[in-house]
Amino acid sequence: MIRLSIPLRQALSRLSLPVLIAVAFGTMLLGKADALLAERARTALADALMPFYAAFAEPAHAVRDAIEELEQLFVMREENARLREENERLRRWQAAALSLEAENAMLRRQLSFVPERAPAYHTARVVADGGGVYARAVLLSIPPEMQVRRGQIALDERGFVGRVTEVGNRSARVLLATDMNSRIPVTLEGSRARAMMVGTNGARPRLQHWAEGSRPAEGERIVTSAEGVAFPAGLPIGVVRWTESGTAEVELFARLDRLDVVRLFDFGLGGILPPEAVARPEPRGRR
Amino acid sequence: MVGRPEPSPGLLRRLDDLARAAFPAVCAAVLMIMASGPTGLPTLVPAVALPCIIFWSIFRPGAMPPPAVAVLALLQDLLTLAPLGTGVVTLLVAHGLAVAWRRFLVRQSFVFVWLAFCGFAIGTAGLGWMLTALLAWDLPAPAPSLHQAALSAGLYPAFAFVLGRIHTAMRQAEETV
Repeated sequence: MIRLSIPLRQALSRLSLPVLIAVAFGTMLLGKADALLAERARTALADALMPFYAAFAEPAHAVRDAIEELEQLFVMREENARLREENERLRRWQAAALSLEAENAMLRRQLSFVPERAPAYHTARVVADGGGVYARAVLLSIPPEMQVRRGQIALDERGFVGRVTEVGNRSARVLLATDMNSRIPVTLEGSRARAMMVGTNGARPRLQHWAEGSRPAEGERIVTSAEGVAFPAGLPIGVVRWTESGTAEVELFARLDRLDVVRLFDFGLGGILPPEAVARPEPRGRR
Repeated sequence: MVGRPEPSPGLLRRLDDLARAAFPAVCAAVLMIMASGPTGLPTLVPAVALPCIIFWSIFRPGAMPPPAVAVLALLQDLLTLAPLGTGVVTLLVAHGLAVAWRRFLVRQSFVFVWLAFCGFAIGTAGLGWMLTALLAWDLPAPAPSLHQAALSAGLYPAFAFVLGRIHTAMRQAEETV
């Protein structure tokens, strides 16, 4: 340590503040003149402080996690109450479901009801529409290993599309519900009344031949009827729409104007089939 | 006592003195670095630095000499994104004023010192704003400076409480030795 006389030391300590302020002004000007210098100094400082920050971040994270956990605990209490209430409600529903199930079982026993087995279906791609003798029909591409029969029922993902009328080796033609030749026996879902759905070549087939006194209501759902053994009961078709001129029409669920894939269901029904002779091309033998 | 040199202090005693002398500046630096950390707020750095510097300048100017203030202020400038040197100038001026008025301020009540500190906070914020404007040759928005002044003025009582306790403990330690 350099020993200095007391007056000199006092003078130095008195001088240090003004000198430092002057140096600070110099630093300001230097920082202004060379902006890169300050950036470099900041980067160096950040590099030097990095281990400190890393060490400090650990307990900070721990504290933050603890706080979050605490918050979650509070939320949990609320959620618990909500879940308990919901559980209560669901328990009531469960009781209702169980009683309905029991009732259902009892009714089935009394009716000796035989449940239908789930129908098998294949999916086929629509490759062309129109053509053939029908105005409203689509052609399906059928892989050779797929078994397709006439009378099978085509549905898209929403509802009834039509019936298979012609089958070739690699293709099948589906007569759409909108074709003029299409006649589908239907049931009005609400009133269980029977009717016929008749195609008109338009977008909406007409509803005809319902029984006296069971006028179809606007918006009523239409499903297939098992009458005539051509269709299983209960396939969704569409809803009733009355036109301004007073005819009942069916707005189909299926989007017949943009079919790309249909499901062909084989319900094993062999009711009324279209006549064999209608423009059916002879299946060519496989080469 | 004349002619007899004082016995040379022991190692522990020297370490103790050194720690006591270095504590204020080191503590301020650590607090500033912590405030600038990823979990802290960058605007907190000046609000932490000013109370520490002013408090020690008033109550223990020996522990906060101008070079220490300059180093702390430089650290503040580097940790925040203020133009380099503006913090150094403002804090050195504040330190000089605090040291000049300390004989009067030490005898006042806490509330008066706090009010004086509010004046310091506003003054440093104003000076910093002026220097920034001068350097950039453009008027920056005054709101951040005011926020900073309000933040440091609001933080001062907490700092004064803790640092006051430490200061009394130090004085007691010095008196018993």
